[in-house]
Amino acid sequence: MSTSRPKEKRRYKMPSPSAALTDRVIMEHIDEGSRVLDLGCGDGLLLSELRRIKSAEILGVEMSRRAMIQCMTAGVPVIQADLDLGLEDFPSQSFDFAVLSQTLQQVRHPHVILEEMLRVANRALVVVPNFGHWRVRWNQLLWGRAPVSSSERYQWYNTPNLHLMSMPDFRDLVDVVEGRIVKELAIIRGRAVEQAWAANVRADSAVYILERKSADAHAPLP
Amino acid sequence: MSTEDTPHKDADERSVGLVSTQYVDLFVPPHSLKVAEGNLLGPVHVAYETYGTLSEKRDNAIFVCHALTGDAHVAGRHSAKDEKTGWWDELIGPGKGLDTNKYFVICANVLGGCQGTTGPMSPKPGTETPYALEFPFVTIGDMVEVHAALVRHLGIERLLGAIGGSLGGMQALEWAARFPDMLRTAVILASGPRLSAQGIAFNAVGRRAIVTDPHFYKGNYYNQDDDPHFGLALARMVAHITYLSEASIEKKFGRRLQHSDQFAYELMRETEFQIESYLHHQGKRFVERFDANSYLYLTRAMDYFDLAKSYGSLPEAFSATQSRFLVTSYTTDWLFPIAQSREIVSALIQARRHVTAVELESPYGHDSFLLEVDQLEEMLKPFLAEAYATK
Repeated sequence: MSTSRPKEKRRYKMPSPSAALTDRVIMEHIDEGSRVLDLGCGDGLLLSELRRIKSAEILGVEMSRRAMIQCMTAGVPVIQADLDLGLEDFPSQSFDFAVLSQTLQQVRHPHVILEEMLRVANRALVVVPNFGHWRVRWNQLLWGRAPVSSSERYQWYNTPNLHLMSMPDFRDLVDVVEGRIVKELAIIRGRAVEQAWAANVRADSAVYILERKSADAHAPLP
Repeated sequence: MSTEDTPHKDADERSVGLVSTQYVDLFVPPHSLKVAEGNLLGPVHVAYETYGTLSEKRDNAIFVCHALTGDAHVAGRHSAKDEKTGWWDELIGPGKGLDTNKYFVICANVLGGCQGTTGPMSPKPGTETPYALEFPFVTIGDMVEVHAALVRHLGIERLLGAIGGSLGGMQALEWAARFPDMLRTAVILASGPRLSAQGIAFNAVGRRAIVTDPHFYKGNYYNQDDDPHFGLALARMVAHITYLSEASIEKKFGRRLQHSDQFAYELMRETEFQIESYLHHQGKRFVERFDANSYLYLTRAMDYFDLAKSYGSLPEAFSATQSRFLVTSYTTDWLFPIAQSREIVSALIQARRHVTAVELESPYGHDSFLLEVDQLEEMLKPFLAEAYATK
């Protein structure tokens, strides 16, 4: 009596070799007992770890039905939503942290989602690939090839990445959305480095902790 | 505790088999039920069915809340000759979405109904005369109050879940708000925290059809030769349109004619188009099983339901519940559009509750919650299993 299953929608969060590392970095920067929203939460692994280790109150947002069912199997609460359509059903400041890992470059309007994160949460934790990496520059300069992120194995025609930004580009965007960078961590050869030398040349990706510019001063980060 | 008889030989292995409706009197003197306007009601006769076995810990019970005109017979057959199974048979049975090998499933007819639970058809206490319109006003809160009493009567302190679509979803929401400690999960399908003005409008037309039927006799039609079945059938026809979608009507009937390839040019022919014939058929079938007065009471209860108004605000309504929520809406439902479910979800986020929400694609309009069983089952199974495993 029921219809055939609708086609699987595309996933935002693609498996990335640096995911385990960035998940660990995210984990380190989330306070015990926080309320955390993970946008593009995939199978909910990060969230269930946050619940287990940090006693976090968690909620995921995901578009893929298959991934949502994985969340349900793990007891991770999850809302089906298209990040391109914003977070209008999410009340303002209802979370301590909003996480967006390796997803910003894949949404249609990065500035909108960033603004929304700073609206619904006190802090935004964002992981972005760095297309300012020397290998990207090298390929562009020497061979005239389209930029492909060094940490993800995609070609220009099959990449889910719609927007290619470097670290300074991202910093500019944070300004545009009235945000403030609380912390910047460059992911260089499998390590998260604070205040790295020539980060924009060396980093595969970067982790940012953001706040609203107008937000009251927070307790110092661990 | 189970009503499950030995399954019929030919019965599908995934069926609960032969079942029978059970009855119990609750709110017997000196107790009584205080309904809507403060009227007292009792005893309240309740018709219910159960499937599966209650676990020793009594922690595997799931209550199914039926929609407007549903009843307690939700799965299996009453007799081997029964052609029709219970109304949600596809979802309930061994290995199905509500797995009766694992869970103890309960369904009961609502207060004010006409399928065995006390309602306007029931005799007034101490008399042989039916209540008719002297039946007190009842709300969805009162229905849930009766069902909670039934659950306690069955020896269950806490349900693993309450699940329902449409009016059933409203009941499940009320369960969570009214009995925050009695529920571990709430599954809300194609429903909302209140009925839209458009929904009230359709209910109004249905009620008008009933009360203007010449055989309505101000509700006292029980001892008459005739009853307002034309009005009731018309009410059903109107309501039925709201359960479908433009696309599903188009696909199923289009503009196809019922009897011929050409118009008959007969004004009084009522079933020229296939869709007309279908609606008439639905109306006719409905009057065989439903009471007009009951329809008036239940649609009014649905109109009056407003969770935010009853509890101050929606987040307030969810402030005490410990329940996990699964909220599903359907793309082509225009009686309870997706925005209604989003409102629930938004309030649940604000109230910091455990909420999972899915918008399912379906062409079947409001009826999707009854028809898209595979999609529902796919989510329901892991959702319930995880909640059941977590203390």
